[in-house]
Order: sequence, then C-alpha cells, then structure tokens
Amino acid sequence: MTYTILGTGSALPSRAVSNEELTRFLDTSDEWIASRTGIRSRRILTRGTLAQLGALAARRALEDSGTAVEELDLILCSTARGDHVTPALACGIQQELGATCPAYDISAACAAFIYVMDCALGYFARGKVKRVLIIAAEEMSRFVDWTDRSTCVLFGDAAGAVVLGPGDDCLSTVLTTRGNVSVLNLPHIQGNCPFQTQSEAKLALYMDGQEVFKFAVNAVIQNLHDALAEAQVGMDDIAYFTLHQANMRILNYALKKLELAEGRMPSIMAETGNISSASIPVIWDKLSREGILKPGQLIAAAGFGAGLVSGAGVFRWSRARTVPEAWNPCCDL
Amino acid sequence: MSTFERVVKILAEYDVETDALTPETTFESIGLDSLAIVEILMNCEDEFGVEIELEENPKTIGEFVALLDSIVD
Repeated sequence: MTYTILGTGSALPSRAVSNEELTRFLDTSDEWIASRTGIRSRRILTRGTLAQLGALAARRALEDSGTAVEELDLILCSTARGDHVTPALACGIQQELGATCPAYDISAACAAFIYVMDCALGYFARGKVKRVLIIAAEEMSRFVDWTDRSTCVLFGDAAGAVVLGPGDDCLSTVLTTRGNVSVLNLPHIQGNCPFQTQSEAKLALYMDGQEVFKFAVNAVIQNLHDALAEAQVGMDDIAYFTLHQANMRILNYALKKLELAEGRMPSIMAETGNISSASIPVIWDKLSREGILKPGQLIAAAGFGAGLVSGAGVFRWSRARTVPEAWNPCCDL
Repeated sequence: MSTFERVVKILAEYDVETDALTPETTFESIGLDSLAIVEILMNCEDEFGVEIELEENPKTIGEFVALLDSIVD
C-alpha cells in the first residue's frame, strides 16, 4: 500500500511583479533576467499570511478531491520559511482550515515536496491514515535581498497542495543529502543575547550560482535515473518530468542531458519565478486542471535545494477529469 | 585531437565563432556567462571522464586546457 493522489490545488498571490517593474529600482533589464533565468514575472504575497495562502491552495485541493476537512487524518507542510520560526506553518494552516488532525512541517528547502511525499508513504504503509493533506507554501520574497539583482529577481511566492488517499500510485521515491551549507543558505535570526560574541550573518539568501547549477543538474539526473530504476520503468514510460522550477537554464541543460524532447518537462517559472518547494504541486495542479494529465499516465518529479538536498519520485496519475478547466490559481491575497 | 581542439569543439556548441579562438581567449570575451561556463565545464567532464572543481575558476581557454591536462595526467 502506498497512496493515490486524489486532488490538487494551488494559490498565487494577486500582486504580479514583472521584470520591467524590477528595473525601476535595480540595474537590470527584462532581457537580462529572461535570457539567464527564463523568468518574466513573479507573484509577491503583500496581503495576508502564508498560512492563509497555503490554506487557500489546500481548500482547492480538498474540493478537487471531494474531501471534507473533517476527514483529514494528517497535514504535512513543506516550507523554507513559515509565518513563524515556531509554530510550524502546518499549524497555522490547520487553524485556517478548522481541521483537528496532527499537523507539522518538514524542512528540506526547495526539495521538500519530494521529502514530504516520501514521509507520507510511512503513514499509509502502517495503515494510520486514509486522507492526508500536503501543502507546499513558500514566501521567498521575505528573505531575499531586494538590492541584490543576482538573487531577488529569481524568486516568487506561491502555494500548492495535494490530497492523498489509500492506493498504489507512488511507484518510487529517492532522497539524497550531500551536506554542504555554504553554497546556498539563509542565516537564522540572531536575537539579542548579551553573551553572544559571534558576529551576525547577513539575513538574506546567499547562493553560489555556479555550484548550485552543477549540483542541481547532476542531482536531478542521478535521482531520476534511480527513481525510475526503483519503479522499474524506463524514460519512455514517463509522460511528463515535473522538476523544481529553479532556473530555465538548469531545466534546459537537464533536458538535454536526459535526451528528452521539449514538452516533456513542463514549466511555469516564466510567470512564477522560483517558488521553492511549491513548484511541483503547482505544476501538477495546472496540468491536472487543464486536462493534460490523464489517468494511468506516469509522471516523474524531482526537486533540489539548499542542504544540499535532492529527491525524485515516480507517480501514477489517477485523477480523472471529464472536462478540462482553465487554470486560475490567483487569489485575493 | 589535442585537448585545445577538443575544448574548441565543445565551445562550438555554444554559438561561439571558433576560428578566432586562441589559448589566450577569455570565456567572458566570447560572451559566455557564468552558467554557460559551468555547462561547458560539465560537458568537458563527460568528454574527458574527469571531475573538475569549480573553485579552479579558469578565465582563459589556455588555463582551462592546462587544468584538464593536469587532471587527466
């Protein structure tokens, strides 16, 4: 027993920020950003909390799956930065939803959605749950330095969610961690302890772009090969490869190395930027609602991020949809 | 084929005008940004069957060729 994906949901904040708008306070251009990253625009959460955004994606996934809040046995959340250091973002989302089941976060940076999907396997294998809500909610705009043109242009805010029920549609998951905290990190708040003698690190995301690029491409390729081998399927058996949307250059290079035709690696980053662990469930929601994903198809997913962590999985799609709908994840927040 | 010629062949995949390339040519001067340099470096890893540390940070094709030769040796 693994699980099946019963439904999906996503939520993007209403405030869109184009590359052009960034040029008003950064020495950059739409051409520079788009040609180096593939990003044209991103969404910024300027009203409300991340828990509210996550709860909206969750409600859409619950509705899509025909699940009532009262049916939930567990809420797992992935986020790089919730509304608080503690409590967990999952607690805030549980409160917003009015749910009563256990709820907690898993921290694995941009790869966290894969880690959460792996974690959920254990609950189903033990027969402890019948309905699990998974939410990946990210507010990257809060921790980039908006005077640093090399990083702030990359990120956006978003939430994606899936509802899981008993089934056999998770064919494999693979997780890897290669401990290296220096090439990509976000320092913690330091407090004002009067006994502290260490200097404070800058409270902004740091990234060595070249090191991350090399790690990401190698990790994606290796993890996907391992996940497909564990699932006992070949590259041609996979309908779509849904990868964490960090940078179009990473995706294009991975596409080339994996010898995949264009179109088998769908992308949303032109309109969202890098939305960390929310990338994969948001793509799934788009593909599902637009009727692109069909029941019985196999999809592969791969994530990578600060840690350095990475992971991949192979899933069978089961959500049947008789009439495709327009994907409209934007909300009032 | 020399190491220089093998590197130039890989550079040709990146719309680089290869006729004018010399060991003194810098990656920056032929319009390659930081991520393109990593891609080329990774392609060379596959071509030569070696692993190259990014911290070596070669600036010219000649420096890169010397680095590859030292690793291969």
